[in-house]
Amino acid sequence: MSDLENLKTSLLAEIGAAGDEAAIEAVRVGALGKKGSVSELLKTLGTMTPEERQTRGAAINALKNEVTEAINARKTVLKDAAIEARLKAETVDVSLPVRSSPAERGRIHPISQIIDEITAVFADMGFSIAEGPDIETDYYNFTALNFPEGHPAREMHDTFFFQPDEKGERKVLRTHTSPVQVRTMEAQDPPIRIVIPGKTYRQDSDATHSPMFHQVEGLVVDKKSHVGHMRWILEEFCKAFFEVPSVTMRFRPSFFPFTEPSFEVDIQCDRSGPIVKFGEGNDWMEILGCGMVHPNVLRSGGLDPDEYQGFAWGMGLDRIAMLKYGMPDLRDFFNADVRWMNHYGFRPLDMPTLFGGLSQ
Amino acid sequence: MKFTLSWLKDHLETDATLEEICERLTAIGLEVEDVDDKSAYKPFVIAKVLSAEKHPEADRLKVLMVDAGPEVNGGKPLQIVCGAPNARAGLVGALARPGTYVPGIDVTLAVGKIRGVESHGMMCSEKELDISEDHNGIIDLPADAPVGQSFASYAGLDDPVIEINLTPNRPDCTSIYGIARDLAASGLGTLKPKAKPSFTTQGETSIGITLDLDDERLCPAFGLRLVRGVKNGPSPVWMQQRLKAIGLRPINALVDVTNYMTFDQGRPMHVFDAAKVKGDLTVRRAKDGETLLALDQREYKLGPNNVVIADENGVESIGGIMGGEHSGCDENTTDVLIESALWDPINIAKSGRALGIITDARYRFERGVDPQYMQPGLDRTTELVLELCGGTPAEAKIVGYKGFEPKVVDFPFSEVKRLTGLEVSTQESRTILTRLGFTVEGEGERVSVKVPSWRPDVDGKADLVEEVMRIYGVDQIKPEPIEKLSAVNGRILTTLQVRTRTAKRSLAARGMLEAVTWSFISEEQAKLFGGGSAALKLANPIAADMSDMRPSLLPGLLTAAQRNADKGYGDVAIFEVSGTYETDTPEGQRRVAGGVRRGTASIHGAGRLWSNNAKGGGKPVDVFDAKADALAVVEACGLPMSNVQVEQGAPSWYHPGRSGTIKMGPKVVLGYFGEFHPKTLAALDVSGALCGFEVYLDAMPDPKKKATRTKPGLDLSALQAVKRDFAFVVGSDVEAGAIVKAALTADRKLITGVNVFDVFEGASLGEGKKSVAIEVVIQPVERTLTDEDFEALTGKIVANVQKATGGTLRG
Repeated sequence: MSDLENLKTSLLAEIGAAGDEAAIEAVRVGALGKKGSVSELLKTLGTMTPEERQTRGAAINALKNEVTEAINARKTVLKDAAIEARLKAETVDVSLPVRSSPAERGRIHPISQIIDEITAVFADMGFSIAEGPDIETDYYNFTALNFPEGHPAREMHDTFFFQPDEKGERKVLRTHTSPVQVRTMEAQDPPIRIVIPGKTYRQDSDATHSPMFHQVEGLVVDKKSHVGHMRWILEEFCKAFFEVPSVTMRFRPSFFPFTEPSFEVDIQCDRSGPIVKFGEGNDWMEILGCGMVHPNVLRSGGLDPDEYQGFAWGMGLDRIAMLKYGMPDLRDFFNADVRWMNHYGFRPLDMPTLFGGLSQ
Repeated sequence: MKFTLSWLKDHLETDATLEEICERLTAIGLEVEDVDDKSAYKPFVIAKVLSAEKHPEADRLKVLMVDAGPEVNGGKPLQIVCGAPNARAGLVGALARPGTYVPGIDVTLAVGKIRGVESHGMMCSEKELDISEDHNGIIDLPADAPVGQSFASYAGLDDPVIEINLTPNRPDCTSIYGIARDLAASGLGTLKPKAKPSFTTQGETSIGITLDLDDERLCPAFGLRLVRGVKNGPSPVWMQQRLKAIGLRPINALVDVTNYMTFDQGRPMHVFDAAKVKGDLTVRRAKDGETLLALDQREYKLGPNNVVIADENGVESIGGIMGGEHSGCDENTTDVLIESALWDPINIAKSGRALGIITDARYRFERGVDPQYMQPGLDRTTELVLELCGGTPAEAKIVGYKGFEPKVVDFPFSEVKRLTGLEVSTQESRTILTRLGFTVEGEGERVSVKVPSWRPDVDGKADLVEEVMRIYGVDQIKPEPIEKLSAVNGRILTTLQVRTRTAKRSLAARGMLEAVTWSFISEEQAKLFGGGSAALKLANPIAADMSDMRPSLLPGLLTAAQRNADKGYGDVAIFEVSGTYETDTPEGQRRVAGGVRRGTASIHGAGRLWSNNAKGGGKPVDVFDAKADALAVVEACGLPMSNVQVEQGAPSWYHPGRSGTIKMGPKVVLGYFGEFHPKTLAALDVSGALCGFEVYLDAMPDPKKKATRTKPGLDLSALQAVKRDFAFVVGSDVEAGAIVKAALTADRKLITGVNVFDVFEGASLGEGKKSVAIEVVIQPVERTLTDEDFEALTGKIVANVQKATGGTLRG
């Protein structure tokens, strides 16, 4: 039997010594190939006696199994080692930089973002968005809004004028978004619920005034809306917009030519720190103007003020953006400084919704 | 509008505190802007210098021992080091002790040691107390001033000053009396009745008055009274203190009386020195070229839009705005003419604005002065003049006054609830209106309300509702939810609004930053981009380079990119979606998405990054970056891209060979893109690798209305798609787009895509030739294609391309 033992010892030694897949294949062919040492032994089985087959035959089969197993085991080891080596060779320095996603790099201007926030809130209350031209007639900007000719309130607007036309009429850059009120009443029957965001212009410039700025205005016209409804809408809006659980607002009688009665509205806040906080504190900050649509304005819109009624409010878009997000200077809004846009802008996929929150 | 608490209490009987008064003022629409309760003056006490010895170490300093009464320092004298030249034993002045804030020098005192001598306070000058600029010495009070008492109450400095921000509709509250009336109506006290002036007149005002005006509204009435034998000098201390407290400078008694009336009654008055008036007075339009040296010592050039009071000398006063220096009253005035007139608010506003004169008189006349008080005001002023200056009043001369006809408003009380939601009883409404001076006539729900002469702002029902509401209390109005119009709201944005929003977000998602730039640019820039028409030029621009409405977003964006580059940020990708202006009509305002990329700011990111080696970044931007941006907007807005064509060339501000026009059909121009013309860039003073685009969102046709939201069925072939490459040699001027189109149309069923993957120009191809390589995607439909099928298809493609472009298959 020692010949089988010897063969086994020498084959196992060869298997153990095989350094790569080619070497182990050579060993396999030498042992188990057509003319391999073990294969040759297997061929002798046919010439054996039943007794021999039982002893020597079984031993030869056992040798074959053992060698096959050893070869397979070695093959696996060598394969793993080869993969290991390849992986090692393929290693890179993952600290090397990659490109950021353009969708993460781009920015939406705070004005656009705020308009989307406002749209989300007012859409939920059944409002649509109305727009109008920047270049307005004197009629829509003033007369239709009950600014009598020569009235001091007209002068308070610091209006930009165009050159008079052949009829002596001069157009203006709209000083507020209110002309869209009358344009909408002319175009649409009540009930009207609209919000009007847009550019406005006044000849004024300092840290809180810019010759171009943005306003957002709201208008409700139907047969029953009154100051109580207006209060509710404005309180609900401020809560939703500033994302606080409650706000305290103070309505003060005031004056605007296009509303009667008119109010200025203060919101309670904490101004003790560098950033204004709403829903807490003991300070008041004026935030918007509003009132019941003046009968003359309803008439301008072709509506009978004894049948229809409604209210309107307006506020500075840039200003509420500054209050919510803390930009210190209005003039920066229009400078297109990439550092400012990167810092105060919003990522394009951060879309204000009521279900996902107005801001992230 | 400023007033003091004690002045208010001349007209209002009330126990309310300063705080309650201020709260109520704001609540009824007279917004308190500022309150100075004068508490800063409380710590200052009257003290007497007992002794003043020279400081042992300093020649100019003295060491004072000061008695401030039994309350201070247990009645023992305080030692104070003082440098004032007038410090002396026996002087009575104002003392500040350690811990006191001294407003004039903005310092809180501490016990100090000056050159080795302790000082326990300070004797103050007027400047140190911030009451005047006088700093020549410490305050020197009469010897009988009460030592130990509050200096502020002694000097009348403890009267709180309230400033309200008056809305332009409330002329009645340009008077302290009017403010008191509003407060009384709100229940905060009782309005004290005005006393009837009583004096006896002697003789007549012997000066003729002519209203020589083409429009009688310019000066509806004019009243004048002569008072003879007055003695003009400083007005009494109480009047001076009040005037000073509200920021007016006392001049002399006659002038101070007019200023006092302006604030007390909202009735601006004017006084002429009768001796300096020559002949009769005429109220007329000024003549072109007439001038007046006014009381502010400035000379004004007048014209027919200014209404003046003139005598034989010429113009003596600008009616309702400012008097003239020549006929002004001074300490030598013995006979005074007191004027009380009415002026046209609109003309006063225009005239005052044109002349650049802001006065308390103009402020009131342009808002509307109570016409019924013209004559009583003249009488009250006369009375004050007599009180302060003596003299003998003549009978007043009143010209033009036709009485006052009140407006009457037909008022159903239900209007209050209709407009405000407030439940106010008719009795309550009636009481409020009556207290405000309205006359309510009739009983029941619907009444006639007569508007008082001091409320020109009240015209109709809504105004009366406001009156009732603001006095009843705005805080009584409870928030009330509005009705929901539908359970789930539908879409609210128009297609243009949706596209505007989509354009912004899709450009930002391409790594661009959204800018908002000025709607107005310089004329030169406007002209470069096809604008600059006269109709779009501002008559009063805020700056010379912001004069013209922009015809394009590009000049603003290009110059913004350069500004960033100048600060060291040269690789910028910015965009704007906003208006441009072709005409001054609403239709002429376009809605444009525009963008600019500079330097290496491609969609992949800017600059030299390691991964550029593999990803192809880091090279300067070009026309194709802009084309990709422009088409991204078009596609994001939902336009069918198969109908969108790109043509070579764009308007003059673009590079003629590196720009394109995006069209839909032969007529609709959707936008332009490209690199810029070097002359345009030079004129804008910008440089660097730049490309840009503009897409006209308002030019995009509305999407077709769909009957159903269901998408068309999809046939997913089980057969493998095959790709075949072709290279065609064509003339250099042949557009690759034409080859693509020709290949695509070779078999509309089988060919599902054609992509250009290489363009090559080289000597081997010959002069004026190029090779364009395309990859054709073939999707078998019914069966796997045989070699013969492919051969036939290839033949069709080559033939089609040849027919369309003259191109041949590259060998």
